Amino acid sequence: MTNETRNGTGAADHPVIKCDSVYKIFGENAERMVRGSNGNIDVKAFQEAGCIFGVNDASFEVHKGEMLVVMGLSGSGKSTLLRCISRLTKTTAGRIYIDGEDLLAMKDKDLIELRRNKMGMVFQSFALLPHKTVLENIAFPLQVKGISTKDSIDRAAAMVELVDLGGRENYFPRQLSGGQQQRVGIARSLAVEPDIWFLDEPFSALDPLIRKEMQDEFLRLQEMLHKTILFVTHDFDEALRLADRIAIMKDGIIEQIDTPANIVLNPSTEYVAKFTNDVPREKVLKCKNVMEQIGEVADFSDLRVSHNAIIETVAEAVLNESKPVAVVNDNDETIGVLKHKTIVHILFGDISATPSNAN
Amino acid sequence: MTQFSRHSKLIQFSFFVAVFLILSFTIEPSENNLLWRLPAYLAGVPAIVNDSVEYMMFDWMPIEKYNEEIEDFEETPLLKEITRSISGAILFCIQLIREILLGGVKTIVAFTSWDYVQDNSWAHWPALPWTVVSAAAIVLGYALNGIWLAMLACFATIYIAVFGQWEPAMETLSFVMVAAPLSVLLGLIFGVLAYKSQTLEAILAPLLNIAQTMPHFSYLVPVTVFFGLGDHAGAIATVIFATPPMIRLTLLGLKSVSPEVIEAGIMNGCNKYQLLFRVLIPSERHQILIGVNQVIMQCLAMAVIASFIGAKGLGFNLLLALNQLRIGQALELGICIVLIAVVLDKLSLGWANKQIDYFADLTFAQRHKYPLILVAILVVGTVLAYLGTFIFKDGINYFYLIPHNQGITTENFWQSGVDWMVNNWYQGLQGFNKGLIINVLVPMKNAYLGMPVSATFFLVMGLGYIVGGARSALIVGGFLLFIAMTEWWDRALITAYMTTFGVIVSVIIGMVVGSLCAQNSLATKAILLVCDTFQTFPSFIYLIPVIMLFGVTDTSVLIAVIVYATIPSTRYTVEGLRNVPRTLQDAGTMSGVNRMQRLVTIELPLAFPHIVLGINQTVVFALFMVIIGAMIGTDDLGQLILKALSDKNGTGNGLMLGLCVAFIGLAVDHLILRWSADRKKALGLL
Repeated sequence: MTNETRNGTGAADHPVIKCDSVYKIFGENAERMVRGSNGNIDVKAFQEAGCIFGVNDASFEVHKGEMLVVMGLSGSGKSTLLRCISRLTKTTAGRIYIDGEDLLAMKDKDLIELRRNKMGMVFQSFALLPHKTVLENIAFPLQVKGISTKDSIDRAAAMVELVDLGGRENYFPRQLSGGQQQRVGIARSLAVEPDIWFLDEPFSALDPLIRKEMQDEFLRLQEMLHKTILFVTHDFDEALRLADRIAIMKDGIIEQIDTPANIVLNPSTEYVAKFTNDVPREKVLKCKNVMEQIGEVADFSDLRVSHNAIIETVAEAVLNESKPVAVVNDNDETIGVLKHKTIVHILFGDISATPSNAN
Repeated sequence: MTQFSRHSKLIQFSFFVAVFLILSFTIEPSENNLLWRLPAYLAGVPAIVNDSVEYMMFDWMPIEKYNEEIEDFEETPLLKEITRSISGAILFCIQLIREILLGGVKTIVAFTSWDYVQDNSWAHWPALPWTVVSAAAIVLGYALNGIWLAMLACFATIYIAVFGQWEPAMETLSFVMVAAPLSVLLGLIFGVLAYKSQTLEAILAPLLNIAQTMPHFSYLVPVTVFFGLGDHAGAIATVIFATPPMIRLTLLGLKSVSPEVIEAGIMNGCNKYQLLFRVLIPSERHQILIGVNQVIMQCLAMAVIASFIGAKGLGFNLLLALNQLRIGQALELGICIVLIAVVLDKLSLGWANKQIDYFADLTFAQRHKYPLILVAILVVGTVLAYLGTFIFKDGINYFYLIPHNQGITTENFWQSGVDWMVNNWYQGLQGFNKGLIINVLVPMKNAYLGMPVSATFFLVMGLGYIVGGARSALIVGGFLLFIAMTEWWDRALITAYMTTFGVIVSVIIGMVVGSLCAQNSLATKAILLVCDTFQTFPSFIYLIPVIMLFGVTDTSVLIAVIVYATIPSTRYTVEGLRNVPRTLQDAGTMSGVNRMQRLVTIELPLAFPHIVLGINQTVVFALFMVIIGAMIGTDDLGQLILKALSDKNGTGNGLMLGLCVAFIGLAVDHLILRWSADRKKALGLL
């Protein structure tokens, strides 16, 4: 698996989040059975004992500045996985490292320090404190840390501007719409300037139009802040829109973890394919995913497209050119070519025959 | 057994009833027949309880203590010293608040000496003029719930002052102002601890059940043994009674905090204490304040009962008036208690429902508007009281304190009214009274007393089996067994008969009135308001008018029971019917049902599980009232509890009798709650 991220970080730096065979098993005897199993967890034996797997052998890494979206339907264990990594719930077996530190071995005091300085979390139902105003809610994590009222409120006021809630500082949560409440939730989670940002279905409780608006807002923030993000959602379109990489979960197992383009082009299981079948590929694939090698082509059109451009946004322009179109990288060097037949194929052709170099 | 449980519930029930009847008619009433009555195996328990209490109070763990009077160390039991210091602390608090309200010297004496007070004439704490208290109540009412509550507070305080009940009313208030905060504090502490520890919750649950179904009276005896007589003993009994609902509501509130809010608190880096005090408790402010409201109501309900063990105030005077059959005076006092109850109820509810305001933008004066007004009231009231000394030359300053019995009284009016009613209605009322007793009550009582204990067990455990299987059968059987093994089985049957009669009539009235009122939203509002108001009346108050009309008979008790117990059955009927999902009603309407059909085929079946919860409340209310009815003479468990009160060695008996009453209530409670929960689940209403 390569580490393709928006920032193009190299493979040398160590991962911000690293999960190594993480299990979350529900059931009365789960703990005892794990201790007896010597690290080799026999799924069958556990299930026969009446245990249920919330998370089943999850291993992956998330690198600095990368956004991993965990996608799954309800009951797939995606929120449980998030709660294991934020240690809101006790992990049954496996290891989790945050910046190389063993999270599960941390003492309560260190854990609180970690949460106060490095982690921020946004919740599906907003989880604002009903007795505090917008400003006080955002200042809350700072005050809990022991920062003076004045400093924390000043900082919160800056956060209010960041999420575009100016003028509503002194409203109570009950006086805000869902979208506005989630803006407060986002501001609160960012108030301590965390490195790691957890989002648990943050936009699921919102109306479709507001959801779209909040996704844009979220992308704008991430463009500025470059946090390391673990984002949980049940909405595949949302995952495609936002993710650097997507992990698709079913029954606690990560079915596939890859870039959106790769998942759409090469679904590894039947289950994943069910999601990808209906996805309009032109909305997901980027030029670099489908371009051909330059080869013998010498006669390019005047139009040049970025390798990161989504096909949908350039399709019409490419088809209007009479010659093949050059694909350029960030340094404006030609790295490939887009031909008419490729675009036509993506727009109208059969799924299985799409040319791909999505790696 | 499997064959048996497959049959429909109705056949099972008929079978149990048939066996019950056969047993009832075949078993010979004889002292030696185990099927007729169980021997009183538990008869020795009260004495053991008494002995152990005595041992704990007077012999257990002696400690050395310095005695100032004999200037030497003496031995004294630990527990006695502990209870003595608790009593002292509570008494001091009551005294302090009482003297702030009414003036006095005892607080000053506590820090100096009697000689000091006698030598210094200025060392006398002045009373708060009644005008100040009254105006403060009005401002508070306005601040918490607007103009109407302000007017109610105004009416209530002026009524109390004008009728010369200011001093006893303030005595009652001072007692509430100590007992209520103490209960709230204890309730919060135990609620939070139970939230933290499931073990404690499991231990507390049955204790809370028993505490809330034990009759108020039965706490009084043990409290007097440990803490003696007086205001502090009354306050302690009140605290014991008022804390359980606070614990329950705190626990309920904390449990209902959304898990995501808790997670948000944790992820924001809260430690345990920050999570508790900055996230959990503030989030559940409303629920906790509803608990405060409940506590205040319980305290006032105890105001009269606590006067049995020496709490001063309106309750004490009311008790005296009732004992002397001075109905007019009792009525005036009763209205005072009701007014205080209603005002405090509305004030605390107003506080609970008030949403927090945002202050930071306001100026100092705006932010502290109400405290500033209160200071102004204090100054103006004091000046007015001072001026009053020049205006009223006959020694009584009406702007300062209106002494007891210097106010106007309508006692004679009421008394003559009662006399008039007795003169004119005597025949009719007595006829009704006699007819009821001879034709209904006595046969019913005899039927209850004629039940062999084995038949009763069979019927009740059978019901338990139908409702909740073998487990429920064993639980209710256990409750019954306890009662059957005390020496008071017959008395318990009498209590059961009176309660049954009261419940049947209450439920009929409640369901009819409730169904009628639920048809119309205006009537619904009106009846719920009536229920709310009547529910704030301390239970004792209901006895006053019935004694006026019927004198001291079983009928009086039963009428009080019915009036009191009809409240919950009416309320739950209305609520149940109004909460039937709108879509189902629309579906019925579109199927072409008329109003009556809709009520009978759609609304009542769906509302019934909720109505049954109302019946459960009705049973508890009726049971309480039957026991309190002992005050005006019954021959059931209540009378024995009352007797235990005046008995020096009454602790054991009082507690055992209280448990008997509690177990009757809990058996019914278990059956009904179980049935209602299953039924609601079956109907998909949960």
